[in-house]
Amino acid sequence: MRANIVIAGIGQTAFGKLPGRSTISLNIEACRNALADAGIEKNAVDALLVKPPTSNPQFMYGQTLAEAVGLQPRVGGAWDQGGAANVSLIGFAAMAIEHEQCDIALVCYADNPRTGSRHAYEKAWGDDAAYGWFGVPAGYAMLARRHMEEFGTTSDQLGAIAVAIRNHGAANPAAQLRKPLTLEQYRTSPWVVDPLRRDDCCLVSDGAAAVILMSAERARSLGIDKAVPILGFGQGQPSWDVAQRGDLTRTAAEVSGATAFKMAGLRPEDIDVAQIYDCFTITVLMTLEAYGFAPHGQGGPFCADGRLEIGGELPINTAGGLLSETGMPGLQLVLEAVRQMRGDALLQVPNAETCIVSNQGGIMHTHSTLILGQRQ
Amino acid sequence: MTTTEDMLDAAFPAPQPNETSAPYWRALDEGRLVFQRCTACAHAWLPPRDECPHCLARESEWQTASGSAKLISWVVFHHGYHPYFATRLPYNVAVVELAEGPRLISNVVDMEDGLRIDMPLQLAIQRESGVALARFKPV
Repeated sequence: MRANIVIAGIGQTAFGKLPGRSTISLNIEACRNALADAGIEKNAVDALLVKPPTSNPQFMYGQTLAEAVGLQPRVGGAWDQGGAANVSLIGFAAMAIEHEQCDIALVCYADNPRTGSRHAYEKAWGDDAAYGWFGVPAGYAMLARRHMEEFGTTSDQLGAIAVAIRNHGAANPAAQLRKPLTLEQYRTSPWVVDPLRRDDCCLVSDGAAAVILMSAERARSLGIDKAVPILGFGQGQPSWDVAQRGDLTRTAAEVSGATAFKMAGLRPEDIDVAQIYDCFTITVLMTLEAYGFAPHGQGGPFCADGRLEIGGELPINTAGGLLSETGMPGLQLVLEAVRQMRGDALLQVPNAETCIVSNQGGIMHTHSTLILGQRQ
Repeated sequence: MTTTEDMLDAAFPAPQPNETSAPYWRALDEGRLVFQRCTACAHAWLPPRDECPHCLARESEWQTASGSAKLISWVVFHHGYHPYFATRLPYNVAVVELAEGPRLISNVVDMEDGLRIDMPLQLAIQRESGVALARFKPV
């Protein structure tokens, strides 16, 4: 499938606090902007795929959205995989186009946990609530502790990840949090759930994003001159709760990444820029290990010394990621990957020809990988 | 007269046993930590479920854990996600692996020194707001 399918348009809303807007309304704004970016009419779209919102989960959300955008798509619906769903839906759309199930696909996501309910992020974990087991940060903290104790990973090494991403976000006028961070400031950041500090944790945000997929041939025929080719994608689903997993320091991101690299015919050393799901700093560290950028257990030293910053060996999250641009789970990373591959990102990595994107959900319950190439 | 402590106790997020998990909580209340073992393939597991997640058989039996365990990982909460725990910060939550294999979420108590991964632990059933919980202490 290599390079047969492209991302031909991207769109987003403002990020941050957007009171009075439903997720349907936010989705429509992102889709409208993506259609305008691609320069195509709504009625050309015959697939509408959406990740359901966390703030107000509901059945048949994909159909509710289709009615609101006035489409009766050939292929459509919602897929719940938490934060991995965006990239998984992009992969699914690419396969659907490749096999002539549809021509042009819109993949979108909207959520409003900042002004709406953030219950999904703070909830009790069943009967384990009796032990005080609550919320998403604690699950990632449990993984981080094991990694730190087993491999000597330090708080400063997690801090280096936060510093790199926050400083990238500070340069992005559209970012929700534009406050740069130093390692000294990170060290005084209060604990949320030790070993994770407030600055290790992503934002909670309202917002939406959308992408448009089609075949490279269709993009050419429509005269779209900024189509970004999809080189590879893959998934890996750890699925089980933290307490039930074997090795807490390994994730099925290994499987997901290997699948995407194989499809693209690329290796980690071929990647120029990365957009790595940064719900928490430890997620970045473990994902980079799982993708093979650093050996298992050596993600800490790899992430230190500015390697992840603009000008470093592997710049990541160049628009600020979940820690700074928007806490919206995942699709903003795909948008920034597209901008990098078009060559028009704000913090453009010079001559970047490849970008890898990770999306994942739950407490590393789900994972999905996307590799994009330079515009055609 | 209702005391502050009563109000806090009233907010305790007590387990909600169902048909599947009731034997687990009943045994704990009687002073035994139990787990399920598949009578077809001998796989052992927690939390309680109706089918063996290894071979999918429906038949299993409850066995009593020896109480020997080890510490897989732990965290310390500095943020209260629930009113009951907001007044008890900081507190730890741990992933513990029983000698028989099953893992569970728990708390480590009676610590004299710091915690370390893989350290041996021993079951220490304690009551929280009247509910028996499977906590562990360093050996």
